[in-house]
Amino acid sequence: MTTTSTETTPVIPLPARAAAALTGLGALATAASAGLSWTWTSDFPGDLTYTGSPAGLQWLALTAGLLTLVLLLAAHGTPGLHWAAPTRSHNAVLLAATGALAVSLYSVTAISAELGGLANLEPGGWILGAGGILTVLGALGLPLDRRTHVPLRILDRRLFLLVPAAPIGWFAAHAIPGDKPVAPVMTALAGALAIAAGAVLLIQLGHLANTWLRLGTVERPLPAPRQLPSWVEVLLIVAAFGLGLFAITFGIDTEYGELFTGYLLLAAPVVAALAKSGLIARLRALTVKYRPVTTGAAFAAAASFPFTQTSDQYTSVATNILIFATVALGLNIVVGLAGLLDLGYVAFLGVGAYAAALVSGSPASPIHVQFPFWAAMLTGAAVSMVFGVLIGAPTLRLRGDYLAIVTLGFGEIFRITMLNLNGTTGPKITNGSNGIPRIPDLQIFGFDLGKPHTVAGIELGRFSNYYLLMLLVTALVVLVFARVGNSRIGRAWVAIREDETAAEAMGINGFRLKLLAFALGACLAGLAGTVQAHVSYTVTPDQYTFAEALPPNSAFLLAAVILGGMGTISGPLAGATLLFLIPKKLEFLSDYQLLAFGAALIVLMRVRPEGLIPNRRQQLEFHEAAIPAQPTGEPTALTKAGA
Amino acid sequence: MSTAATPLLDVTGVTMRFGGLTAVNDVSLTVGEGEIIGLIGPNGAGKTTFFNCLTGLYVPTEGQVRYRGTVLPPKPHLVTQAGIARTFQNIRLFANMTVLENVLVGRHTRTKEGIFSAILRGPGYHRAEAESRERAMELLAFTGLAGKADHLARNLPYGEQRKLEIARALASDPGLLLLDEPTAGMNPQETRAAEELVFAIRDKGISILVIEHDMRFIFNLCDRTAVLVQGQKIVEGDRETVQNDERVITAYLGAPLEGTTPAVAETVTETDQ
Ligand SMILES: Nc1ncnc2c1ncn2[C@@H]1O[C@H](COP(=O)(O)OP(=O)(O)OP(=O)(O)O)[C@@H](O)[C@H]1O
Ligand SMILES: [Mg+2]
Repeated sequence: MTTTSTETTPVIPLPARAAAALTGLGALATAASAGLSWTWTSDFPGDLTYTGSPAGLQWLALTAGLLTLVLLLAAHGTPGLHWAAPTRSHNAVLLAATGALAVSLYSVTAISAELGGLANLEPGGWILGAGGILTVLGALGLPLDRRTHVPLRILDRRLFLLVPAAPIGWFAAHAIPGDKPVAPVMTALAGALAIAAGAVLLIQLGHLANTWLRLGTVERPLPAPRQLPSWVEVLLIVAAFGLGLFAITFGIDTEYGELFTGYLLLAAPVVAALAKSGLIARLRALTVKYRPVTTGAAFAAAASFPFTQTSDQYTSVATNILIFATVALGLNIVVGLAGLLDLGYVAFLGVGAYAAALVSGSPASPIHVQFPFWAAMLTGAAVSMVFGVLIGAPTLRLRGDYLAIVTLGFGEIFRITMLNLNGTTGPKITNGSNGIPRIPDLQIFGFDLGKPHTVAGIELGRFSNYYLLMLLVTALVVLVFARVGNSRIGRAWVAIREDETAAEAMGINGFRLKLLAFALGACLAGLAGTVQAHVSYTVTPDQYTFAEALPPNSAFLLAAVILGGMGTISGPLAGATLLFLIPKKLEFLSDYQLLAFGAALIVLMRVRPEGLIPNRRQQLEFHEAAIPAQPTGEPTALTKAGA
Repeated sequence: MSTAATPLLDVTGVTMRFGGLTAVNDVSLTVGEGEIIGLIGPNGAGKTTFFNCLTGLYVPTEGQVRYRGTVLPPKPHLVTQAGIARTFQNIRLFANMTVLENVLVGRHTRTKEGIFSAILRGPGYHRAEAESRERAMELLAFTGLAGKADHLARNLPYGEQRKLEIARALASDPGLLLLDEPTAGMNPQETRAAEELVFAIRDKGISILVIEHDMRFIFNLCDRTAVLVQGQKIVEGDRETVQNDERVITAYLGAPLEGTTPAVAETVTETDQ
């Protein structure tokens, strides 16, 4: 984007002091409402009936209110709070206020919808709602960074025909007797029309709001940070990771869908607010300064997760997240670094899992051997890698979309082959759809991962053991990704992704390097597969499909990489965590899950095409944004093969 | 001047056909050690196609390309390995990599560190990586881009992108550098600077084969110039020979050769075979 002119003005013309006071008051009310009873009955999940003891959603309201307040005070230069908002941007306050509004509106709506009407709200609930609205109204009166002019974008007028068409479709669908064969078609059509009309209205509303708000970015240089002793800086990093662990643990431990929805609704604006306030940039500067400490702190935070749990319930979720995230990171080598579109990647997880299951000593395995754990892992990784080479060797010589087609095919062929090696339609190896059950737990040098162990007075159950083992695998994959990605090989991969012809002309053997990426990706997925086989006791073919409502499957893996940020480490990890938790926690969406999911993905890709955590390369763009657009040379339309 | 010994590059009878179109027709050319050879011709004459035949991007229908006496395999990475580097007419940088990384990619054939070395990061790895960086920074300094090492390639101004292409090509320590219209889109000052750069490269002992439309540039630089028209080499020689050749003048539709851009000969695409 070219730099447009900006200004710092309020959206709603209020006296500056009044706006600040209103925001503060609203934030206080939101936070305070957490201590009051929101509803009279304990029927709403989480039991929000107590006064003086916040629960569930009330914690979120408290967080949102307090954060807004702190950012507001910091933006006004309150002594002692400079650290909270180095940029002193009021947009950060508005974002936090949006979080408060989202939590309060969502809570009020969810309570009234589930309990049947606004009458179910106690005064605390009313204060919450009012607080959220006041906070945002006040924040809109603060001096915000805005663009001077945002032209109103209006969607293609023909699209608006959908709006009257939707009710017509609805009536038509209802007018047709249910026994007519066209009835279900009409119902589906009416549904699709309604969704499309809704989308058109929403998008147009978004454009209207954009033109009205005109929010923009004013370059606000970070003031030089205060000189702190290095032990304090290290402590800050540790504290930040502790906080991160707490926030993620809170998300994983949410017991009901309402709380998780509220959590997501708050988390998104809060992260955005912290980014705007400059806190995240500060933290990033620290982490860059103390690389090893950061890595250690991140690892320690992840390793202490099982110690925060009282039962194995969520550790099993966390273990599966780790498996999913690790595989996503492996896929990121293939997709993010080398730019190869692999649509059947989950099959490599499957190959590893099946290989491990076959040598696990399971009574259902035709091979009656039980490999020690290290040999089992090596087997899974090696077999998977061999498959990677076998699939890659004939296809990677071709350019373009062949690879996507072949890998998609391979994914399905793998699943169907596993189904057919059942003794009737093929040799008896995998037991077909029953899979290989009763996979014994891993023994690592006499340490039985299936049994609970007590460490430092805390009992770690079976899933905790596997979680920690998987964390080691994840750490290994992170190490491999980081080191290979930033080396001669990694640079060659990125070069191939950027322009294969030019890369070849620089002396890179494209085929060999693509095969290497493919094999490495397959090998890492296979490694994760060996752990997965043991964690889940059973491997079945239907765990490894292209698309399904639940991860991991190839489509979700790809989504995790793209959504999280291609070519980064934390991106796919964050993307995988979100993509795993959302369907898991929002089971109440059931039939609409994939639809809601697709919609969320589309929105995210519109708002943040570079992914949640953009690549360092894309960040560089930021500090060079001042360079004017270049003439692109001759717009010679040479063919792909031409130079 | 080409020496009596085996020339650096020896192209004999290269022909490239695309279906019925003969883009390059029986072209022979030699480049000796330390020479700067120009290649000119109207648009669509087949100059870039000729380059592609030399660098393995295209497999010539007929003919042979020898470098230092051995026949080049038609694989771009092997050609680069052998010692021929090139730039592209329509800049093909790795747009989302930094300037330094672009040059480091150019070092690929001259370094060996594989995947295990990258994972284990032993002393050998660090040494090789440091050497590569040092060499890359040298080349950036040589082309005047040292201050922009950490910028994204796509954010460089046009002229600097052309320079970066040259730095990246030089990173493979070539014996012969092929430049495809290195001054296209440059203003006169930048063009003069590019001339200096080409001379400086030759002074490093690297021979150069350059395609250009800017006649002044060509005649200032080149020891010999070959003229390609409709895929055929119609004349080769020094400035006088080329400027006074009837066929060259006709090919450029009478446009004076001193002009910076020759008239476009759109009609040459039809084959005469
Ligand atoms: N891959 C290809 N397939 C078919 N025709 C091609 C291909 N590459 C080049 N040509 C044709 O070969 C002819 C020569 O093209 P080339 O790009 O080599 O010309 P040029 O001399 O480099 O021209 P310019 O000065 O415009 O760069 C053109 O007619 C072009 O269309
Ligand atoms: Mg050309």
